[in-house]
Amino acid sequence: MADAALQHNAVEHSLPGEYEAPLFGAYSKKVGMWLFLASDSLTFGALLFAFSYNRIYTAWPTPFHVASITNATIMTACLLSSSLTMVMAVFAAQRSDRTWTRYWLLATMAFGTAFIVLHGMEWTKLIGEGLTIPGFPRPATAATGELADVSKNVPQFPATFFGLTAMHMLHVTIGVIYLGVVAFRKWFLPVIAVLWIGGYFLIPSDNIFHYGIHALGLALLVSAVILFLKPKDYDAQDVEVSGLYWHFVDLVWMFIFPLVYLMSTKIT
Amino acid sequence: MHDAAIHDDSKSQYFWVWGALLVLTAIEVVLGYKQVFEPIRMLQVLLILSIIKSALIIGYFMHLKFEKALMRWMLVISVTACFIIMYFFFFPDAGRVLPPPNGVGLQ
Repeated sequence: MADAALQHNAVEHSLPGEYEAPLFGAYSKKVGMWLFLASDSLTFGALLFAFSYNRIYTAWPTPFHVASITNATIMTACLLSSSLTMVMAVFAAQRSDRTWTRYWLLATMAFGTAFIVLHGMEWTKLIGEGLTIPGFPRPATAATGELADVSKNVPQFPATFFGLTAMHMLHVTIGVIYLGVVAFRKWFLPVIAVLWIGGYFLIPSDNIFHYGIHALGLALLVSAVILFLKPKDYDAQDVEVSGLYWHFVDLVWMFIFPLVYLMSTKIT
Repeated sequence: MHDAAIHDDSKSQYFWVWGALLVLTAIEVVLGYKQVFEPIRMLQVLLILSIIKSALIIGYFMHLKFEKALMRWMLVISVTACFIIMYFFFFPDAGRVLPPPNGVGLQ
């Protein structure tokens, strides 16, 4: 007992720098995020491999007209620009400039939201043209649309396309919410609630996002639990760690865009 | 904590990286839409461009270039090794189960 007390005191009163230095020379939150991103990259890797597997051994459709490629290019530019604004947010946080940290985070969220909206419009257009998978709500135009035959003859295409892009869209959505929580903390919760409820009533019931919007409800619940159980003022380390996540979703899109869109352009 | 003092004076490099990423994206779009190469070669070229873009994002935007060498190499080697293992397990098996129809590969 006396030994235990002695050891405890020795730890408590040890001089700064006496502990062993971190193995990676970085704080634990950052190492944790890097490990998560390494594992998440394997998730996307598996999905991209599944896409390529089907792409190589199937007579693959090339449904993307110039409008889709233009849309996807603008989406790419949005994500790349959002990464730059995220870097600026990290710099602002490191010099303890809270106002500019919020502005840059807000700019990053705006680019991310633009990406989600453009992607949602692209999905809605493709589903309206008949590119669907079982379980999707189908608008009236889907049965006779240009891509109805693709869904019937090559079901691997819509399955892998929607699987891959939905996973990425979910990551971008989580990223926007993550940045919103870091920037605005509990004041961001009503924003998520309004978007969730408003989106549910405004999006028509034959649109997939009428159901997909419930992801915001889940995000609201998780964010609320985190913010109320552990309320804190997010510092520069938190901003940097959230930035790592944000750049990762940008990074993944750098592979999805050429492999999914550019390799499936409509040959004219 | 990331060493802000070292990088704060070189913000311009991030704008250069952003510009390079946009230019590489534009090159990809032109190559892809104009069908400059036949599909297999196109896939190789686009993948090389994507790897260059991802290296820029990881190195500069995610600051891995400025981290300790041990962390840098541990992450890069482990993730790359996992992808190589995935490749060797998935694709030979894919070829065995579903052979390409009459030699038709990428359409």
